[in-house]
Amino acid sequence: MNDIEVSLAHTLGDFSLEVVFNTPASGVTALFGHSGSGKTSVLRAIAGLLRTDHGRVCVNGELWQDNGHFVPTHRRPLGYVFQEASLFPHLSVRRNLEYGWRQIPAAERKIAFDSAVELLGVGPLLQRATHRLSGGERQRVAIARALLTSPRLLLMDEPLSALDHAARQAILPYLESLHDEFGIPSLYVSHDPREVARLADQVVLLDQGKVVAYGEASSMMTRLDLSLARYADATSILEGSISAHDPTYHLTWIGMLGGRVAVPRQELAVGKRARVEIQARDVSLSLKAHSDTSIINILPARVVDTREISPSQLLVRLELEDGQTLLSRITRRSAMGIGLHEGCRLYAQVKSVALIA
Amino acid sequence: MAVDWLTVWLTLKLATTTTLVLLLLGTPLAWWLANSRAWWTELIGTLVALPLVLPPTVLGFYLLLMLGPDGPIGELTLALGIGTLPFTFAGLVVGSVIYSLPFVVQPIRNAFEAMGERPIEVAATLRASPLRRFFTVALPLARPGFLTGAVLGFAHTVGEFGVILMIGGNIPGQTRVISVAIYDHVESLEWTQAHWLSGGMLLFSFLVVYTMYLTERRLRRDRA
Repeated sequence: MNDIEVSLAHTLGDFSLEVVFNTPASGVTALFGHSGSGKTSVLRAIAGLLRTDHGRVCVNGELWQDNGHFVPTHRRPLGYVFQEASLFPHLSVRRNLEYGWRQIPAAERKIAFDSAVELLGVGPLLQRATHRLSGGERQRVAIARALLTSPRLLLMDEPLSALDHAARQAILPYLESLHDEFGIPSLYVSHDPREVARLADQVVLLDQGKVVAYGEASSMMTRLDLSLARYADATSILEGSISAHDPTYHLTWIGMLGGRVAVPRQELAVGKRARVEIQARDVSLSLKAHSDTSIINILPARVVDTREISPSQLLVRLELEDGQTLLSRITRRSAMGIGLHEGCRLYAQVKSVALIA
Repeated sequence: MAVDWLTVWLTLKLATTTTLVLLLLGTPLAWWLANSRAWWTELIGTLVALPLVLPPTVLGFYLLLMLGPDGPIGELTLALGIGTLPFTFAGLVVGSVIYSLPFVVQPIRNAFEAMGERPIEVAATLRASPLRRFFTVALPLARPGFLTGAVLGFAHTVGEFGVILMIGGNIPGQTRVISVAIYDHVESLEWTQAHWLSGGMLLFSFLVVYTMYLTERRLRRDRA
């Protein structure tokens, strides 16, 4: 009952879409793939904006479409955030927000107007005309507007891709808090592994209109056979808990079985669970645990397997002592230099760690 | 009196009525033309655009046949007890609506098409029914198209001659409009009256088009 069932078949010219997946109706499920893999079409079909040749969509036991049965978009309790904010240019920010909100009977509103406004920080923008907003502001208004219909499923189509790096970094924390705050299940289309690493709990990997793999985000991210890990910015996620604060050097330590990593100091209680993101290119390998290095995050690990991602570079999958997986990207030359082979034990030196949540 | 105010008044009444009817009929037609994916969409589009190239006398000739007592529409109006439409004000409205149709439908259709599907899709995901989407999103966003369509439809009806002469004749107070009156005055060598009406039309046309350009420019600036 508590899941999202999707099964779609559609032919558009010489592109055919054949997508089947089931994912829990909680947390964030990323639809990940290259452009042209059909991920936006899947999202549009779930919203009822694209009528597929065949399709079944069932959310939380509620049938949205099946053969002969089709609930039109405006009767599906969903929120949709498009790639471009697509605010109504003839309405002010406030009227944009109210557009969907007013359609929901007061008794069925689960998200108060003020709480959505506050969560996305759009309070100061309310009286403005939409063309006076920056790209990031527009997208925040669009997200708040979608939330205000109290959706039972939030569909987001690369909401950050039209933004520059700074705006993207500024908006990510809002997206993260969205799920903690309102607990609305989301489908999140993306082609950026770092976004997926930060936001997703589950990943549906799409390629050429088909589902290639489905699973937990953390394990999907580090499977070398999947395109997710083949990207230049391959990323792994580690789980641990806040173990200590270091007031002298302004650091917070996150402990895991068999090691610990430091991030710039965060005001978080010791013992709280934490997830960190580590980019494969920030992990170098060494046969000894050096103490004469500037790197403070050193984790003992074992090589599980390796894969060439370019003629000069190698992606190495490591298993940490607690069984978690870490990716490292090194040159083939250095792999040969240290005599790297499957099963060998060594130390992963992590140059930079980002706290996710 | 140099100016025949009854004729001026009748002309304005005809143009106003025609424009209102055209906005009512033309809006759904333009919406359909902009959104339909049927193969015969452009056949209808061509029919709508035909008055742009057809000599008004040809249009007037066929209208006269259709609306006359032996025409299909004439028989219908007779059966309904309305009488026949040629040589009445109502007949002029029917003729003007058909004649000015492309001038109203085309700008509105262009505005709907320029808007794209996105705003309508967004409204649908915000729970708006098709009707609400049309009135709260499509209509306001197509406003410049409506302005252009209304102004062109009005001005074009004011300047119409051939169709009116064919189906309306020249009955003062009923079907005698400015363009026909000018023709009459010239035929009977009443140069002064012809000058007044022609000069007035020239000034009117200039002001109408100029105001439209200024307003369009302001709307575009507001949007940008």
